[in-house]
Amino acid sequence: MLEGVSFTLDPGKRIGVLGPNGGGKSTLFRTLLGELEPVSGSFAAVGGFGYVPQTERSRLDYPVSALDVALMGTLSRLPWWKRPGRKDREAARAALARVGLDGRAGTQFGELSGGQRQRVFVARALVQDARIMLLDEPFTGLDEPSAEQLEELLAQLAGEGRGILIATHDVDQVCAWDRVLCLNRRQVAFGPPVPTLSRSVLEQTYGGSIVAIPGEDGAGAGILPPHHHHHEGH
Amino acid sequence: MLHALVEPWRFGFMQRALLELVLVGIVGGVLGCWVVFYELSYSAESLAHALFPGLVVAALLGVPLVLGGAVGVLVAAVAVAVFGRTPEIGRDTSVAVVITTLFGLGVVLGLSPSSPPGLNELLFGDLLAVTPTDLAVAAALGSIVLVVLTLLYRELLVVGFDRSSAAAFGARPLLIDLVLLGLIAAVVIIGVQALGNLLVVAVIVGPAATARLLARRMVPMMALAAGCAVLAGLLGLYLSYYANLAGGASVAAVMVAGYLLALCVRGGLLLRASSAA
Repeated sequence: MLEGVSFTLDPGKRIGVLGPNGGGKSTLFRTLLGELEPVSGSFAAVGGFGYVPQTERSRLDYPVSALDVALMGTLSRLPWWKRPGRKDREAARAALARVGLDGRAGTQFGELSGGQRQRVFVARALVQDARIMLLDEPFTGLDEPSAEQLEELLAQLAGEGRGILIATHDVDQVCAWDRVLCLNRRQVAFGPPVPTLSRSVLEQTYGGSIVAIPGEDGAGAGILPPHHHHHEGH
Repeated sequence: MLHALVEPWRFGFMQRALLELVLVGIVGGVLGCWVVFYELSYSAESLAHALFPGLVVAALLGVPLVLGGAVGVLVAAVAVAVFGRTPEIGRDTSVAVVITTLFGLGVVLGLSPSSPPGLNELLFGDLLAVTPTDLAVAAALGSIVLVVLTLLYRELLVVGFDRSSAAAFGARPLLIDLVLLGLIAAVVIIGVQALGNLLVVAVIVGPAATARLLARRMVPMMALAAGCAVLAGLLGLYLSYYANLAGGASVAAVMVAGYLLALCVRGGLLLRASSAA
């Protein structure tokens, strides 16, 4: 259940979506993707959605290459019975090159690193030809270099005029983006990250149980939401 | 040696048995690749047992066995699909309840005084009694299965990869589940003549499990599974002919042997890869 949500995503902007587990991040995404009907209200989107789900939900023992996974993005564009043609394959290869994986098209998906798998998913969303991209906790489980690489990629994609929604638990990271949307079964706040993320907003978002760690440069640097955790890669 | 290889095929019933196994092997091998990745092996096994009461009823009513099997399997497929999605029951429990009920019903009907003789053929199959009509039915049903699998290939691939996000990519997980169960039912009906409903699942699960150990892409895996199934059919028939063993059981035994061999080959490959690294 999620209510009172109202926000605008402008082209070229990144919105960080903060909230506890069960706070409505997935509900928001599934509504935007058309899987759930809103009980009331509506939204308008210019262009299609591209989706980057959490990588740990997908099978690693599946007999598919990085290119096969990128090509899955054509399913929503082509009739269900139609095979992707030469053009679609070229688009998928170009998307893989775009995310820095041109040499990896033939590699088994399960043999890629966590960061590479995440970027294959970004490539698949690009194949969906998305003006708006939804990323579900894409930084979870990534090591530092992979996270930086992904961060840079998202900045470039935003620079091309795409609107990007990123669900995350990382408050510091959100401060580098354009807007923050705080959800806790309702919309707690929406706005530019640094002025919006006050202590009171964070407490409402995470249910009043945040832990403030004295940071070297003051507020924002050391706030640890209770669900902030890094899964180690499997 | 050559004579020994050619000898069994002088007989029409052996030719028909081989043709039946080739048809069942190709369709079962290809479908099996989806069955192992959708973790439907147990459901497939259960559907085969659900066929039994359908066959008994058909025998009692004097209608074609294919019809009885189709109705029995459809009832079970729908029941499994519907109850398997109920969170409080869970898939394995619901399958068990549905199948035990149906299988029990079949046994009760089959043991009634008025039931016809030869029920063990329904359970174990009779490869050597395959008729041209059986072959025509197998070819027709098998073609339908392959066409449906070809048309739904991309959706099957997306749903099997990550069910939870499949809808976001335009796939229909519930529909795919139902279609897959329906196709399993069709292959069980095709294969029950050859292998009987106790062994028919071997042709769906065995070759696909073998191919999974060796192939790295979906389409080569399907080709390999179909090839393994056909080869197992051929070798199983030789075994049955010269060792005077039951046909269906011989084929199933060769499939298991093939799986064990593939395990060894893969183990060897992994060993070599790790020592090379």
